[in-house]
Amino acid sequence: MPATKTAPPAKQTVSHAQSHPLLSLWNAYYESTSTRLKTIDAFLVFLVLSGVIQFLYCILVSNFPFNAFLAGCVGQFVLAASLRAQVNPANRSEFKEVSPERAFADFALGSIVLHFFVYNFLG
Amino acid sequence: MPLAYSLPSNLSPATVTNTSSLLRIIALSLISGAAIASRLFAVINFESIIHEFDPWFNYRATRVLAEKGFYEFWNWFDPTAWYPLGRVVGGTIYPGLMATSGVIYNVLHALHLPVDIRNICVLLAPGFSALTAWSTYMFTKEMKDESAGLLAAAFIGIAPGYISRSVAGSYDNEAIAIFLLMFTFYCWIKALKTGSAFFGTLTALFYFYMVAAWGGYAFITNMIPLHALALVLMGRFSSRLYVAYSSWYAIGTLASMQVPFVGFQPVRTSEHMAALGVFGLLQIVAFAELVRAHVSSKQFQSILYGSVIAIAVLGALAFGGLTYKGWIAPWTGRFYSLWDTGYAKKYIPIIASVSEHQPTAWPSFFMDLQFLIFLFPAGVVLCFRELRDEHVFVIIYAVVASYFAGVMVRLMLTLTPVVCVAAAVAFSSLLDTYLDPAEPAVSEAAALSAEADIAADSPASTSAAGTGAAASGTSKKAKKAASADSSSSGFGSGLAAAFSNKSDKSRGIFGLDTRSLVIANALGMLLFFVLHCTYVTQHIIDDFREAYYWLRQNTPKDAVVMSWWDYGYQIAGMADRPTLVDNNTWNNTHIATVGKAMSSSEEVAYPILRKHDVDYVLVIFGGLIGYSGDDINKFLWMVRIAQGVWPDEIQEPNYFTQKGEYRIDDAAPPAMKNSLMYKMSYYRFADLFGGNQAIDRVRGQQVPKTGPTLDHLEEAFTSENWIVRIYQVKKEDPLGRDLKSANAFEQGKKRKKSKPLVRRKAVV
Repeated sequence: MPATKTAPPAKQTVSHAQSHPLLSLWNAYYESTSTRLKTIDAFLVFLVLSGVIQFLYCILVSNFPFNAFLAGCVGQFVLAASLRAQVNPANRSEFKEVSPERAFADFALGSIVLHFFVYNFLG
Repeated sequence: MPLAYSLPSNLSPATVTNTSSLLRIIALSLISGAAIASRLFAVINFESIIHEFDPWFNYRATRVLAEKGFYEFWNWFDPTAWYPLGRVVGGTIYPGLMATSGVIYNVLHALHLPVDIRNICVLLAPGFSALTAWSTYMFTKEMKDESAGLLAAAFIGIAPGYISRSVAGSYDNEAIAIFLLMFTFYCWIKALKTGSAFFGTLTALFYFYMVAAWGGYAFITNMIPLHALALVLMGRFSSRLYVAYSSWYAIGTLASMQVPFVGFQPVRTSEHMAALGVFGLLQIVAFAELVRAHVSSKQFQSILYGSVIAIAVLGALAFGGLTYKGWIAPWTGRFYSLWDTGYAKKYIPIIASVSEHQPTAWPSFFMDLQFLIFLFPAGVVLCFRELRDEHVFVIIYAVVASYFAGVMVRLMLTLTPVVCVAAAVAFSSLLDTYLDPAEPAVSEAAALSAEADIAADSPASTSAAGTGAAASGTSKKAKKAASADSSSSGFGSGLAAAFSNKSDKSRGIFGLDTRSLVIANALGMLLFFVLHCTYVTQHIIDDFREAYYWLRQNTPKDAVVMSWWDYGYQIAGMADRPTLVDNNTWNNTHIATVGKAMSSSEEVAYPILRKHDVDYVLVIFGGLIGYSGDDINKFLWMVRIAQGVWPDEIQEPNYFTQKGEYRIDDAAPPAMKNSLMYKMSYYRFADLFGGNQAIDRVRGQQVPKTGPTLDHLEEAFTSENWIVRIYQVKKEDPLGRDLKSANAFEQGKKRKKSKPLVRRKAVV
């Protein structure tokens, strides 16, 4: 009970200070993330955008190459997100056996295998 | 600290490690050797030959693949199956098995080893069983330690539940599927433990191989998501889980869609939706975790609640909408029959008619697993004690597989590995405790004297076992390999190392007598297990081969053979004759036609036989030697399937007595007595007993003294144990009489004339 009572005021002070949670999220992200991770994030955003475009195309125009729609960018997105999780210094304790270099090698291998199957779908 | 027995202390840790790894390799290779050897009884006793039903079809397909290449195999149309329809093979099978043998064949030939494709097919299953033992070792090693791994490898190597599906010559999908199952699970555990996308990719590749090899891949498709979901619900979400699951799902699903028989099912059918749902859930949770890392938790909660609810509602709506619009196929019949055991009986008799799809009888648990079955729960409980992520997996696997094994006999096969793993964990914990030389300190023990004797696996001793993992591993492995010499040396040296970094413990075992008693008991159990396994794997009846050989030698090449569909592949492969229906049960009407012919009287059946150009009818009859998988036991299914298509002509209740019993003796109902199947099974059966009461050993009932007569068929062949009986369909009478009166005329005229020559041996 005490926890619920104290919660609203605490939140209000925070939102007064930084006007909006989303904005504070953005600020925190922008300040605390390394350039390396931001690069990966940019790639992720690009993949999400291309995925959205594909999805719109699929709904509005035609889902004719259904294969291509599926093969699209989900796999790549997930692999890149895995890479991001692995190289994130905050997760260092979890991935004791995976160094950032190893993570990139894994990412490359996964992508090659993925695109091998994607390529097979093109034919 | 007191010791129960002395240990050599002059060994360096390096020597101990090296010796134990050497012993481990030796033990593994011995286990592989035992696994292969115990599957070769049939090859040694008889000859190198393919067994039973499905393997024959797989073998024929592999021959096409090996002789004509992959593209030809992909487009193969088989005209002799489903006479007169034929069958497109390429797109309707799981090609993993054939592709494996094809690759082995080509590699061997590239090395200039001209091995016959048949021998590769015959020996594929034993070879893969060795690989299964190895992958089970790897899997169990992740659960506990190497010693448990070796025990598990030994168990799975000779467990009858697995041997029965992988003896030499049983060239079936399951032969390679269990290896793939265990290895995929191993990769998954490894990926989850290390959080490596490399192992995730490997999991996906082996998953792909599994999809290409066996329809049971759906088990993996649902086990891994279930495990992931359980971990998330237990609050154990981690980035490692995210990496492992995402890389497996993204690559594995895309890969599985390459198999033509699977196609778009992974995004269209409900069986695969769990995997997709968990995939989506993990994305959301991972994103939420990321956001939480960047903002204070109060704000986070306000963002989180809103987004999670919105996404959940959207997801549920999307799933419902897609199902409603028919984009996602509803559950299939096989799926329902897993939950409601009566379902298949009511709606899809063709599935329920397969004896493999019946619920498991309890003796078969014991026959297949022997003492493993009662160590199994102990192992699961031990998993609860540590409860790391991988132990959760074993627990879920154990629960799910136990349920499924109870529902269907054939799913016993998926239960066997986890039973071996759990039993090995339990057994090796027992050995760890009782081989540990350290005795509890006396002063503490006095206080705890009541518990001291019972102590099975105290926390102290587990930690001790952990530090001396390799060491105590050595001892058990040595026991397992049954080499007394290496046992004493490896054992002592290992424990010396273990002892050096061990602390005092409060609980443990006193003295040598308790230890030797328990260990002798345990070894005795192992010994009986081995005896049981060799006993179970050894009985084979040769009637089938005899009969099919007769067909091949004595009938024209285009003679059409009618039999129940179970024997279709076998006849096509071993006797090389066209069949009406076979084990690929795609055409229900055609099967029902055969069912109708078998279950109606001769007069009704005869036109059906003639219309389908049937020359020979083959039935399997086990009444003489008690072979329970015979046609009379399957007969009700023929009736039911036929009734599904011709409800006016065939009615199941007519085949039961007034009291609703299924009888074949004097009290059998007329429909039963007049059916073609009954007549063919018991034709001249009573004569065999020379005036004594004839007894059917399967049904345990007395057969009427005056057996059925046949007018439209004549007996052509009966095998030594009467298991296979073949009848020739008579042609129309040359004088235009109907066959019944013609036969009566013959009988009346020439009662004294000896019967037409029938090859049959006197059976004692």
